[in-house]
Amino acid sequence: MATAKRGKVGRLEGKPPSNIPTVKHSVIGKALRKVDAVAKVTGATRFADDLAFPRMLFCKLLRSTHPHAKIVSIDVTAAKQLDGVQAVLTGRDLPIPFGILPVSQDEHALCLEKVRFIGDPVAAVAATTEETATAALDLIKVVYEPLQAFDSAEAAVAHPEPRIHDYGDSGNLHKLINLEFGDVDTGIAEADLVREDLFFFEGSTHLPMEQHAAVAMWSPDGKLTLWTSTQTPHYVHRALAKVLELPAARVRVIATPNGGGFGGKSDPFNHEIAVAKLAMITGRPVKITLTREEVFYCHRGRHPTLMWVRTGVKRDGAITGMHFRSLLDGGAYGSYGVASTYYTGALQTVTYNVPRYHFQGARAFTNKAPCGPKRGHGTPQPRFALEVHLDKIAEQLDVDPAELRLRTLVPPNSLTANYLRIGSMGLGKCIEKVVEGSGWKNKFGKLPNGRGVGLACSSYISGAGLPIYWNNMPHSGVQLKCDRGGGVTVFCGSTEIGQGSDSILAYIVAEVLGIDPFDVAVVTADTDLTPVDLGSYSSRVTLMSGNAALQAAERARQILAVHAAKKLEVPPERLTFAEGRVFDGKDKKRGVTFAEAVQLAEAAEGTVGTVGSYTPPQSAGKYRGAGVGPSPAYSYSACVAEVDVDPETGIVRVPTIWIAHDVGQSINAASVIGQVEGSIYMGLGEALMEEMAYRGNRNVVHKIPSLLEYKSPTTLEMCDVITYLVEDPDPNGPFGAKEVGQGPLLPVMPAVANAVYDAVGVRVDEVPITPEKVLKALRRKEKGEDARYGPDSFPDIPWPEPTRVAPPWEGGDGKGVTITAAAPERQH
Amino acid sequence: MATITFEVNGEREEVAFAPHKTLLEVLREDLGLTGTKHGCELGECGTCTVLLDGTPVLSCLVLGLACAGHAVRTVEGMARGGTLHPLQETFADLGAAQCGYCTPAFLLAAEALLAANPKPTRDEIKDALAGNLCRCTGYIKIYEAVELAAARMRGEVAQPTRESLYGHR
Repeated sequence: MATAKRGKVGRLEGKPPSNIPTVKHSVIGKALRKVDAVAKVTGATRFADDLAFPRMLFCKLLRSTHPHAKIVSIDVTAAKQLDGVQAVLTGRDLPIPFGILPVSQDEHALCLEKVRFIGDPVAAVAATTEETATAALDLIKVVYEPLQAFDSAEAAVAHPEPRIHDYGDSGNLHKLINLEFGDVDTGIAEADLVREDLFFFEGSTHLPMEQHAAVAMWSPDGKLTLWTSTQTPHYVHRALAKVLELPAARVRVIATPNGGGFGGKSDPFNHEIAVAKLAMITGRPVKITLTREEVFYCHRGRHPTLMWVRTGVKRDGAITGMHFRSLLDGGAYGSYGVASTYYTGALQTVTYNVPRYHFQGARAFTNKAPCGPKRGHGTPQPRFALEVHLDKIAEQLDVDPAELRLRTLVPPNSLTANYLRIGSMGLGKCIEKVVEGSGWKNKFGKLPNGRGVGLACSSYISGAGLPIYWNNMPHSGVQLKCDRGGGVTVFCGSTEIGQGSDSILAYIVAEVLGIDPFDVAVVTADTDLTPVDLGSYSSRVTLMSGNAALQAAERARQILAVHAAKKLEVPPERLTFAEGRVFDGKDKKRGVTFAEAVQLAEAAEGTVGTVGSYTPPQSAGKYRGAGVGPSPAYSYSACVAEVDVDPETGIVRVPTIWIAHDVGQSINAASVIGQVEGSIYMGLGEALMEEMAYRGNRNVVHKIPSLLEYKSPTTLEMCDVITYLVEDPDPNGPFGAKEVGQGPLLPVMPAVANAVYDAVGVRVDEVPITPEKVLKALRRKEKGEDARYGPDSFPDIPWPEPTRVAPPWEGGDGKGVTITAAAPERQH
Repeated sequence: MATITFEVNGEREEVAFAPHKTLLEVLREDLGLTGTKHGCELGECGTCTVLLDGTPVLSCLVLGLACAGHAVRTVEGMARGGTLHPLQETFADLGAAQCGYCTPAFLLAAEALLAANPKPTRDEIKDALAGNLCRCTGYIKIYEAVELAAARMRGEVAQPTRESLYGHR
């Protein structure tokens, strides 16, 4: 919950550059202070672990020391007898399963019959101090019967038994997808050049600076309140009601401001359910704050992904067909994994024209911390593969990589082969910006050995077209209250994770009502107080909660205009709302203050309040799996990375990255720049150093569950970033706005990989691009072998029969047909 | 219980706590100063940085007992009489705080830098802040905020650059 403080709006930024339209807007597009900025720089923001209540207990979780084992017995007798221990839970106390997706309700708050990775929780203790709770964990005796453990997707493919879960498409394969849009073999047969490549993208984690924390409070009147650092309070609300068997109306979830999320706080978590149950049992507030090591076990980060791609192109670069395969290492649970798997095949079609497209995706269960959505959710891996693959194709065709991309761009307002509806599309402009800004034409292929430049592009959704669970209700709701003092309060379920979503609500309402954004109070992410917003994931919040706020504000303006118009004796449609006043557009002096306008309306009609909501447009695809990929709008980015590669050590340094991002329309330009720079930073970490590494030969234990050893860029590794904003407004976005929080991360890894090739002539087809890999590739090059480091095979997968969907230009209607031996032709 | 007297944000504090407690715990749990955050409690991330006699320290690695007679400064002590410190102003205006979790630590590390070096170069800023991790900003807005605050603290009339707020043309 953030209350906007009165501030000096517009004081700083001076005149915006002429390429940003400001004539119409007084707030939108400007670089304003965020509504919660002062709280954050004074330390006043209350994160979950900052909360404390009288008689509060502390919870600790006992975690599995085995990667895969049956639980033979758990004895908690001694732990319960320890002085200060108030309650001990095991799996039997919380037997109802949960999970973020309806199709994979495969988690228990505490493991019931088996453990599936080192770190899986098996018992929970609540005690008067954290030290006592920790001591009690040592007194719990668990007897395990170890099972064979699998540390990679390939191992899971090779061993259908023992199964990690008793559900899934085949053995230890959780999900198998086979979708064909047009006859790809025919397409590839028409090509002048056919190229096949293999890539591997190592898993990485979100590493938010704030460890997950939650506090639960139970009231004797049967009401449960949970404060938690979650990006998705609505989904946590649903999971708590289900697992605790409480009416949802008696459960209140308050998302505290997240100290960084990046997707890592998007699932309902075992620790949230455990403290809620412990609060119910003890009648006392119960808090848990994960240690940094435990955050690595929570994970839900980037899926390690092996990819194979085969593309046919004409001499001019036009793609005739593309076949893409991905194999994801999902870790121990479902999480968002089914969606992640679809995402590894969904967005290959939204940047360059792909007339025929075949996607096969598989997700394996392994005995590692579960993977899920990390910034870019399932799309950075295939984007890395595609953009490096295109770089190789450009070289073979002897076409400049920028030129190749410009020739094959997807047109705006079009439908792709897999039925994604493209609206505004500013990628061409983005490419031109970074090519010009970086001096690409004087650098590419022309820098001295050891230095190079690489180019890559990307696109990302501005919110998913479908909700996590099937329903036909809005994705975002806003209530708006106008106070007779002139203040306006916005209530919305959206969750502030540092991206500025609270501020977006204030800016949009202020713009429509012509008031100062710091006169808008913002109440968010509280299931008792705010209408549902699905959460801060899939880059959906600015577009969806923004549209809901826009509708609520426009409705309020209509109410106020009617009554102000009566008083001013002008037609309501002639009124302007600006500068804190409501006035005749033809005679500015004829007007009332905004507060007076509220008072006039309130006197005539009673309390002035409105609602707004937003539901995305229907997807064009009707085939099974068509739910992943559609979005109201797609953002676009182009990126040039410059690198220095030391051939002696293999160390890659990145001095500068140029990035252009098509955001549609900035709501707050400074926030957009901040999201771009943050995305580049996170992408640079993935490109060069970040990896979730496990010791396969030592029980699949995490190698480096600490901030020291899990390497992430410090100030000394971070590059300079030159950002260009391209504003190609999309009719589906509020004021034309599209996403910015995730898309600019995507092109960084392939741009760096392409630049390494330009610098030293070796291909590292795998991230992170570590010195060891660069050196190995350089050694091969010296020996005259294939100057490459990367995977060399893709395992055999028991793919199901393909679902065939005719592309729009082949007379398709978006429906799919699957031909199997058992059912000759089934439409879905 | 141990009892110590020390100075916190310019005020004398007498506080009793279990002797094993770190300065981080004493500040957050016994003095209610939750503006000081933690990211690892192992001295790896810099998030719990406070100033001890003007020098940045990791409060998770300092015993509370060791602070007896010393002066500690936390983020709560930066604003004066309702007026933000120049660093707080520029961090707020440039968006150098996104989630805001690492922000108190960066502010204090930057304040110590500017006390010792009123006109740091970009590289000197990077060196001074290299022990603090931020996952949101990519550090760039933080550098710019430190540079802008430094200029203002030197008495210069300085504004953010257009590129910083609106990007390059």
